[in-house]
Amino acid sequence: MASLLAANFFDQNFSAILNGVALGMLIFVLAIGLSLIFGLLDVINLAHGSLYLLGTYLGYQLVEHQGLPFILAAGIAIVFGLALGLVLAGALLPVRDRGHLDQVLLTLGLFFIVADLVTIIWGRDFHTITPPGFLRPSKVIFGHYYPSYRLGVIVVGLVIAVVTYVVFERTQLGAILRAAIEDRAMVAALGHNVKLATLSVVLAGSALATFAGVIGGPIEQVTPGVGDDVLLLALIVVVVGGLGSIPGAFVASLIIGQAQSLGVALGQEHGLPQAAPFALFGTMALILIARPQGLFGK
Amino acid sequence: MTRAGLATRLAVLALLVAAPAMLDTYRTFLLTEILIFGLFAASLDLLLGYTGLPSLGHAGYFGVGGYAAGLFALHVTPNAFAQLAVALGVAAGVALVTGVFAVRSRGVYFLMLTLAFGQLLWVLALNWTSLTGGSNGIYGIPAPTLGGSSSWLVPSDHFYWYTLGVFLVGYVALKFVVASPFGRALAGIRGNEERMGSLGYSVPLSKLAVFTLAGAIAGFAGALACQQSKYFSPDGMSFDVSAVAVVVIVIGGQRTLLGAVLGAAFYYVMRDQLSDALSSHWQLVLGAVFVLVVYLLPGGLVSGGRRLQRRVVR
Repeated sequence: MASLLAANFFDQNFSAILNGVALGMLIFVLAIGLSLIFGLLDVINLAHGSLYLLGTYLGYQLVEHQGLPFILAAGIAIVFGLALGLVLAGALLPVRDRGHLDQVLLTLGLFFIVADLVTIIWGRDFHTITPPGFLRPSKVIFGHYYPSYRLGVIVVGLVIAVVTYVVFERTQLGAILRAAIEDRAMVAALGHNVKLATLSVVLAGSALATFAGVIGGPIEQVTPGVGDDVLLLALIVVVVGGLGSIPGAFVASLIIGQAQSLGVALGQEHGLPQAAPFALFGTMALILIARPQGLFGK
Repeated sequence: MTRAGLATRLAVLALLVAAPAMLDTYRTFLLTEILIFGLFAASLDLLLGYTGLPSLGHAGYFGVGGYAAGLFALHVTPNAFAQLAVALGVAAGVALVTGVFAVRSRGVYFLMLTLAFGQLLWVLALNWTSLTGGSNGIYGIPAPTLGGSSSWLVPSDHFYWYTLGVFLVGYVALKFVVASPFGRALAGIRGNEERMGSLGYSVPLSKLAVFTLAGAIAGFAGALACQQSKYFSPDGMSFDVSAVAVVVIVIGGQRTLLGAVLGAAFYYVMRDQLSDALSSHWQLVLGAVFVLVVYLLPGGLVSGGRRLQRRVVR
């Protein structure tokens, strides 16, 4: 009986559930950088949302106006993200030891500036990015039609999760990073170049954020406000998962993706569209009440 | 307090009392708003600055106070002080219940948990239509009355003086709290929670007490806001309100209370001036100001002022 009900629920909300997985993977890609920058530098980087925003508008510009292939645009966004990462590292350096509030004010300021520059350049209209041709048709999966582009996003998210896991757990760089999250000074004293390792994380995290902006373009709308939405979700994912924990961020993005997607779908179904945030914030509150240090936090 | 300090305070007070005579109705209204938001931000400074508890959901309690005062005015009595008392009590109650859970977490976890509570209260206000009127809010609230007079508070300068009085009560109460032994215990918790625990202080209880107190004063300020506009809606307790309060404290300077009020004045005046001049790019200017404050004015307006003072005195 229970399994029948569950199967029924799954069938009825099939799209919402898979959308939640796709959204979760997108947020996960964004959250990696946010979580590691916090873990290594102890910096809350709200400007991470601006990286996504710039990535998504760059993708829109390259694909819709310059006519470049989607994949090439994603590649250019990664290079662009690396360059932005350098700028970001330079901006964050003076406030590393100034406490979280100064960092929040600074990165919020950068976030506002970027959001406004985006409206100056591209206006306030809603846009979208056309997915690559081979991912445009729908596929039949579990007996339902589902857009293959979102399946593609899920696959890309899983690949990035695996690569990040392997780099983190199986390489020398990963070992240095894990140790530096625990005790930065000690790792530096042992003769490892923590600064270089940290810089590489800021660069890689920034590139992942701009990349997320491009692959998110066909799913989320391309608007000046989208940076706020994804930043909030990524922050929730990072905290619910446990700061600095990649496996935690992965699990949390699956949970938060469902909370957001099902919250919107069920809210609309029951005529309470404004109740959608209830699922999102309720889920976060319940998890943090049960585990005040996040799912995988120490 | 030095003689010069006392003289300065009296001069500022006299200036504040005389302000409506020098300002037009609109600016008096703006100054009233600044006092209300300044009190709200000062209550947050008690948590964020003095105790090291960065709340990002403080607008929730501001809103609870606003709705409590507005609904009490609509259904029970237009008496201004009765509304303040009810708002204080209800906001304290809600802060106590949510605080039990919030104070168990720390740092960024505390930040996000309070954000969740603030947003949940906001969603509640948005959806509990039978009580709150949903996104339309509550309106048609009668003007607050003082004692026997039903119309004394109607002119904006009278309402300003009333707000100034209530503000001073709240502000002085906060000053007493931070100077009291309890206030020093809070500073100890900010510095080293474990050590305060080993010294025999009940850290969770102190945190819960300060969380409740800050929430109560936020509700007090919310009641004033509702009395001023005779209207309250979910917008009055949205995430933006919480975020602006944090920003205002950092701009003005943490752990001074005065900084929170100065930051509020700075923010409101700047918004007022700039939204006329460049209404479409207000965010850009605001962002640039944040960045400049962090790089050029560490410690905010108050510490900048003190540095300037030292240089002048020397």
